Amino acid sequence: MSLQELVFLGVAGITLAGACLAVTLKNVFYNALSLILCLFGVACLFIFLGSEFLAVIEVILYIGAIAVAILFAIMLSRPMFQKNVKRNPAKILQAFAVSAALFVGLARVIRSTPWPAAETDGDYGLAAIGKNLLTVSLVPFEAVSLVLLVAIIGALVLSAKGEPR
Amino acid sequence: MSQSLESYLFISSALFAAGVYGMLARRNLVALLISLELILNSASLNFVAFNRFLLADKTAGQVFVVFIIALAAAEATIGLSLILLLYRKKHSINIEEAKELRG
Repeated sequence: MSLQELVFLGVAGITLAGACLAVTLKNVFYNALSLILCLFGVACLFIFLGSEFLAVIEVILYIGAIAVAILFAIMLSRPMFQKNVKRNPAKILQAFAVSAALFVGLARVIRSTPWPAAETDGDYGLAAIGKNLLTVSLVPFEAVSLVLLVAIIGALVLSAKGEPR
Repeated sequence: MSQSLESYLFISSALFAAGVYGMLARRNLVALLISLELILNSASLNFVAFNRFLLADKTAGQVFVVFIIALAAAEATIGLSLILLLYRKKHSINIEEAKELRG
């Protein structure tokens, strides 16, 4: 087994371990930290898939902005210091059964589909992505910028509303 | 193994299953948001994997993932400010506490 395969297995293991810890640990702060681990693994997988641009974006935007915003929200709303309400174990078991059935079904579909042979050469570069963003997908690009603007204004309005005067 | 489509699809469906488990089992709103990010990440991993192995135009999938990340950022902003608002009103972010949606 070559070094590349070993690194790939390690990255996949880190990603899956982060994902499992992010949903199973009791403390929400540890959940957010495991989410960061998982996102870092996904960024490494993007590098394996040839898109360095998306790996950088994943680290800067997901880890640097979204995960840090989640950490801020955890600290501001202090869910760590409240006592945990005991969950009904039957409900947890049901949730586990649903997600396990989902995974088994997806895995069977993936195994049984005959995928065509890979063709991996092409232009993955940043220049090609930029050209696509400003020609073919210009309208969704503008729509996303509008959505982000509305989200910023909405977040400001919502957080000003609850401020005690 | 790092150059087969199926291994990436397995990883992404495992991420999706973990996210669905978190959505169903957790009661903390921030934990639900974390599970949602996991589900969105599994979708973007799928997009990039299919983009690499099946698509002739290598930019289309990557552009899609840029859109997914931008929408995830918007959703996280709104979700977190709603969570803070709920915490100020109820002093709890358990979703069982957010039963009534009146003003």
